[in-house]
Amino acid sequence: MIQATERSILNSKIPAGPMADKWSTFKANCKLVSPANKRKHTIIVVGTGLAGGAAAASLAELGYNVLNFCIQDSPRRAHSVAAQGGINAAKNYQNDGDSVHRLFYDTIKGGDFRAREANVHRLAELSVNIIDQCVAQGVPFAREYGGTLANRSFGGAQVSRTFYARGQTGQQLLLGAYGQLMRQVDAGRVKLFPRREMLDLVQVDGVARGIICRNLVSGEIESYAADAVLVATGGYSTVFFLSTCAVNCNATAIWRCHKRGAYFANPCYTQIHPTCLPLLGESQSKLTLMSESLRNDGRVWVPKTKGDKRPPHEIPEVERDYFLERRYPAFGNLVPRDIASRAAKAICDEGRGVGATGYSVYLDFGDAIKRLGQATIKERYGNLFAMYEEITADDPYHTPMRIYPAPHYTMGGLWVDYNLMSTIPGLHVLGEANFSDHGANRLGASALMQGLSDGYFVIPYTLGDYLASNKLPKVGTDHDAFKQAVAGVKDQTARLLAVKGTKTVRDYHWELGRILWDQVGMGRNAKGLTQAISDIRALREDYWKNVKVGGTGDDLNKSLEFAGRVADFMELGELMARDALERNESCGGHFREEYQTEEGEALRNDKDFCHVAAWEYQGEGAVPVRHQEALSFEAVHLAQRSYK
Amino acid sequence: MKFNLKIWRQEGPELPGAFRDYTVDNIIPEMSFLEMLDALNEELIRKGEEPVAFDSDCREGICGTCGLVIDGMAHGPKLACTTCEVRMRVFEDGCTITVEPFRAKAFPVIKDLVVDRSAFDRIIGKGGYVSENTGSAPDGNAIPVPKDIAEKAMDSAACIGCGACVAACPNASASLFVSAKISQFALLPQGHAERKSRAQKMVGQMDAEGFGNCSNHAECEAACPKGISIENIARMRAEYMRSLR
Repeated sequence: MIQATERSILNSKIPAGPMADKWSTFKANCKLVSPANKRKHTIIVVGTGLAGGAAAASLAELGYNVLNFCIQDSPRRAHSVAAQGGINAAKNYQNDGDSVHRLFYDTIKGGDFRAREANVHRLAELSVNIIDQCVAQGVPFAREYGGTLANRSFGGAQVSRTFYARGQTGQQLLLGAYGQLMRQVDAGRVKLFPRREMLDLVQVDGVARGIICRNLVSGEIESYAADAVLVATGGYSTVFFLSTCAVNCNATAIWRCHKRGAYFANPCYTQIHPTCLPLLGESQSKLTLMSESLRNDGRVWVPKTKGDKRPPHEIPEVERDYFLERRYPAFGNLVPRDIASRAAKAICDEGRGVGATGYSVYLDFGDAIKRLGQATIKERYGNLFAMYEEITADDPYHTPMRIYPAPHYTMGGLWVDYNLMSTIPGLHVLGEANFSDHGANRLGASALMQGLSDGYFVIPYTLGDYLASNKLPKVGTDHDAFKQAVAGVKDQTARLLAVKGTKTVRDYHWELGRILWDQVGMGRNAKGLTQAISDIRALREDYWKNVKVGGTGDDLNKSLEFAGRVADFMELGELMARDALERNESCGGHFREEYQTEEGEALRNDKDFCHVAAWEYQGEGAVPVRHQEALSFEAVHLAQRSYK
Repeated sequence: MKFNLKIWRQEGPELPGAFRDYTVDNIIPEMSFLEMLDALNEELIRKGEEPVAFDSDCREGICGTCGLVIDGMAHGPKLACTTCEVRMRVFEDGCTITVEPFRAKAFPVIKDLVVDRSAFDRIIGKGGYVSENTGSAPDGNAIPVPKDIAEKAMDSAACIGCGACVAACPNASASLFVSAKISQFALLPQGHAERKSRAQKMVGQMDAEGFGNCSNHAECEAACPKGISIENIARMRAEYMRSLR
């Protein structure tokens, strides 16, 4: 029997020994499941993106029985598919001074010294294996004329270590993992459950042993039992309503795990991506990302004078302010995302933004086209330029793009130890859904790296160790714990449908998104955060009295799906504000206006806040408990992050 | 802008469907086609009517989830884009727009405009990959790929699996979809070990799912949001013939 861990103590289970040896040490000492015993274990994997798809395929290759769930109609549509720019790896193919240590250091620094060192080092080590793996799968990476792999630069790094497949790197990596997954499905080792939404986690004797899902076609509530549950359901940026995420991205799976006892770490660490298309109007359903790789060749500028309404080509060079190059000469347009986003917001708040609303800045390719020719720019960014023109009806080869920051990625997520296990034994969390590798800000081209690293190379070892170390009694879906969870899920569905109020789910989601964007967005302060908490509470109360959900519970009903997700976003939104309020410092994507340097840069407080905040749920409406995991830095020195 | 809509409504797979008329008003030209349908659904929910079911996810043309036949054309009147990328400015104010699901025997309707495209997953399961277990790969640069070959393979790999090729084809053939995957791996050296079995098994599964055959209409290429060329179909046939040798 496993004893439910002492939850008040967060044990990160970092292996002993020097930083560079920790992962090898772990692998050399972890317990293994014999081949004959692997097939006796059933593993649930929720999500089929880079982390979930890679994990499901790799575990099936090893011989486990895998049950793999996704909300989409096909695993190939998980939102990893939309990642554009690339994937980092410390290959040093460019001979420009890259190494595992440098990628490790850049990632720690990029995360503003708020990530766990040992996890990040492992990530940097595994980055090289990922590229090898994906090349062998036939992922069509960009190549040099000699046939070797090509690289490009990305924000936050001074070396060229990003591998890419045009502007569709996420798609190609995902299709690689999806191919491997479908191979295992065809072989009968993975059972696939598309159009299923996980609505609860089932624990037996304090250990994660199954999930409850809604079949999104029939409306049936289904139960599945297993020896371990892996959740890889992505981030929670859609809490803002408008984000770069797909419209079905949601936090329900991780939030329901949180309500069942999994700690939620650093919810206030959200990433606002600098290069997105500006907001057009209230009817908009999402914001479109333009890959950060555009900042390699595009120059960001605004007019020097406030309220200059001239079209961009009429503004002479001397009257333009290339504010990123001016403020950060060492990195220029390639500063990390949090810094680029904040700089754009500051300029627009000053009244120097462009476009009809004054809330956008130019991203200009004029110089790059002069230097390299239009053909080269087209080869590099052709699909992005086409997408931009499709949406805005402007031609970026001749008129500068207009961009503005938008919610994109969430560094926060369920707390996990070095083995990717949450505070609930048996519940493992992979990819963007966990909190572990990016600290307070994620660098470009690092999300794909983390998803695949967790799925292909970490979980096959750590899960084996868990299964071999613990005796798991047989549990079926006839166990009372499943029956109770099913009843709870059915009850919530019935309650949502019964309200029959006057405002739609979208109305509430939009309102929640505005509160979060205004108060828990790029700039935060104690007054605004306190206000946000009470506003969200009031909105949530109103939701359960006045929401109107379309359709019924027993067939395909998107309105009902969204209703459940928005109910969870209301609770998560409050936790984000609370976490931001308690963290009295600025770091990475979390910028508290009270804590900044004279130049307006983020001012960390390492004395009081060099830790992970992990929140424990205390029941509906109750104030959650904040736990801490201290972060110690052995291999790098804490320093003020500078990109000047 | 104001539009009249004729939308296919069907409560379930076995039930008969029919067009129903709707009107939407206050549509701005920048709205996407799906945002226009969102607005219609908001209105239907407020009135207590059943909203129109349709699939969509990324809303930026890469996930392949959305797919509607708009005025008889898969993904609508604008070339080289998905349904979610179509903006209302391409329609004339006040016109009538007909909206239907992707129709094919192998894509049964689930509800309204939502269809079941799982046949595509089963085809990929028969060989749309290189059998490469995690951990067994050589160094990335140990497998050189000439730049032009890599670019060509990428052209084929750009398929998003939306199924517009099937919806546009008079025979409801999946040849463009299947051939794009077969081509990617026929071009790349990594795919060569399984070349024969891949062509046979994927083509075999395509037939088993009930897709029609290709008779060179090339409607698929015209409807494809990613501009996948029918050159891939020629390559698939060559690969298939080669596999019989």
